[in-house]
Amino acid sequence: MLEIRDLRASASGKEILKGIDLTVNAGEVHAVMGPNGSGKSTLAQVLAGHPAYEVTGGSVFYRGQDLLELEPEERAQAGVFLAFQYPVEIPGVTNAYFLRAAYNEIRKARGEEEIDSMDFIDLLEEKLKLVEWDSAIMSRAVNSGFSGGEKKRNEILQMAVLEPTLAILDETDSGLDIDALRIVAAGVNKLRRPDNATIVVTHYQRLLNYIVPDFVHVLTNGRIVKSGGKELALELEARGYEWLEDTVGAAS
Amino acid sequence: MTEAFVQEFEARAGTATADGPEWLEPVRRAAMDRFARTGFPGSRDEEWRFTPIGPIAQGTWRAATGGAGELSREQLAPFVFGHADWTTLVFVNGVFSEGLSAIGQLPAGVRVASLAEALRSDGALLQAHLTRHAPVEGSSFTALNTAFLAEGGMVHVGAGVELTAPVHLLFVTTAEAGGTVTHPRNVIVVERGARASIIESYVTLAPGQSYWTNPVTEVAVGAGAWMEHTRIQRESESAQHVGLTHVDQQRDSHYRSFSLTMGAALARHNLHVRLNDENIETLMYGLYVTRGEQVADNHTAIYHDQPNCRSWEVYKGILDDRSRGVFNGKVFVQAEAQKTDAKQTNRNLLLSDGARVDTKPQLEIFADDVKCTHGATVGRLDELARFYARSRGIPADAADRLLTYAFAAEVVEEVTLAPVREELDRLVRARLGGL
Repeated sequence: MLEIRDLRASASGKEILKGIDLTVNAGEVHAVMGPNGSGKSTLAQVLAGHPAYEVTGGSVFYRGQDLLELEPEERAQAGVFLAFQYPVEIPGVTNAYFLRAAYNEIRKARGEEEIDSMDFIDLLEEKLKLVEWDSAIMSRAVNSGFSGGEKKRNEILQMAVLEPTLAILDETDSGLDIDALRIVAAGVNKLRRPDNATIVVTHYQRLLNYIVPDFVHVLTNGRIVKSGGKELALELEARGYEWLEDTVGAAS
Repeated sequence: MTEAFVQEFEARAGTATADGPEWLEPVRRAAMDRFARTGFPGSRDEEWRFTPIGPIAQGTWRAATGGAGELSREQLAPFVFGHADWTTLVFVNGVFSEGLSAIGQLPAGVRVASLAEALRSDGALLQAHLTRHAPVEGSSFTALNTAFLAEGGMVHVGAGVELTAPVHLLFVTTAEAGGTVTHPRNVIVVERGARASIIESYVTLAPGQSYWTNPVTEVAVGAGAWMEHTRIQRESESAQHVGLTHVDQQRDSHYRSFSLTMGAALARHNLHVRLNDENIETLMYGLYVTRGEQVADNHTAIYHDQPNCRSWEVYKGILDDRSRGVFNGKVFVQAEAQKTDAKQTNRNLLLSDGARVDTKPQLEIFADDVKCTHGATVGRLDELARFYARSRGIPADAADRLLTYAFAAEVVEEVTLAPVREELDRLVRARLGGL
């Protein structure tokens, strides 16, 4: 589904991704872990097309398409979804309006008919259950005045409605208490299907107790320095990132 | 062209502009004298520094004579918020149209009439209020309006009376308005403990027509009264509009204003609110949406004369093409006005490189125990919000429209009357290219 080859990217002239290789197949969950400043959030944002980053080398193919050639909205329409680490507040637009606009744009791009607000409310009711939420949240402005936990839950709600093929969760666990974490993770798990894939970007192993990955990759200083199964996350938790940084240092 | 107005004033004997009770003529004459003495503001007048009034001052303007002949209620349908049942006074090219107006069911103790009619029937009430709130010394334009004071709307809500439906003063222009000036004068009195929602609209059926509207509205909000005042300015984009609203509030009263500026080549609106007693609340919201070479100039002044009052002001502008916005927000807090809580915000969104805004907060505070803040911003759409919307599949141009609309919606949603709020919402969406 996703083939990343020697991906390099920089922001304000500073290279952050220094050659990333990663292959993600349908049905898989990949965790990308790493210390602060390692480039893991940059990777997530580059995949979504964040304008602050410049891709300086390498390639990304998504379902056979050159992903880097696509505008952010075209990526979303093709089924890529980024759950933001810091979801953006949009005062003045209700959550319901925003989400229906997004849903309909994606349908339109796929040649499907737009749905009216009544049908959308029915769809929402069902998706809200997935994140154990009340419909009152839909008449509030997008993320405006939401708590940290509500913002993250809102990202998962958006994901549930938009049904991406490739979901990238950028530090979705940060700032969540244990109850919110459980709800968010349960939502993600219910959305797992054999034909979609998830990349979970996280600093801590904690989230991976709930969203169990098939593969774990460790990113330090813009490169993937180690890949393994879910046990790698536990080992990292026990030994800390210094362990790998030391190994890398010794190897080079 | 000050002299032309003086000549017109002297020649108007025997016309409707000279009608009215005995006490009125000296008021008009004093106003005319004031205008003759000062003329239009010059470019060095601080209050008018950014306001290009050349087309007004150098123009030749005829007195409007109405011409409502062919107009039907259907043509006014776009302006009545789907509520033909609301009490609506219609003025066509400055002249009251009884046929197009509708007086709905009004509770006892409420008077709604054209000013000309009220001058005949409610002279004492008008004498107590006319020029008492908007003094002619305040501005040349107010002086001119007062000199030719003859028509407009009068709303009187008696003590303790609650108006269940809003009253709408609707000023509409047609093609016949070309080259004319009108001086609508409105008097709105909401007595002690009463409650009212008033809409004041300036609209046109002749977009592109050049004319000048010079309205003055005087508002008195009694003790414990509640009033919502929605002002909608959608004149022809070739018209001139210079308006003044002056509000006096008494103890424990609540006044909220929403002012929309979308029309006119030059749109100037002064909103002055005086807080005459304690425990008063004043909310002032404004939205200006301009394009082409339009100029939208809002001057607001709030006078905190007494302690324990709260004023809250948010004006927002969306400026496209080579249009310009001007905002000047004065807050005066007198020495005795302790515990004043005043907040003023002016935010502007520039949609093009050619658009410009001059914004100036002006706080003069003489009390020491107050909470007064102000903030002004001029900027572009937030890049991060733009990316967020796009990352959800919304194309860049639609994301821009959505975020621009969101910027406006934040003030529009402060209008409490749902049919009016929904119509304003629709107008903004339509202006932003459809959403």
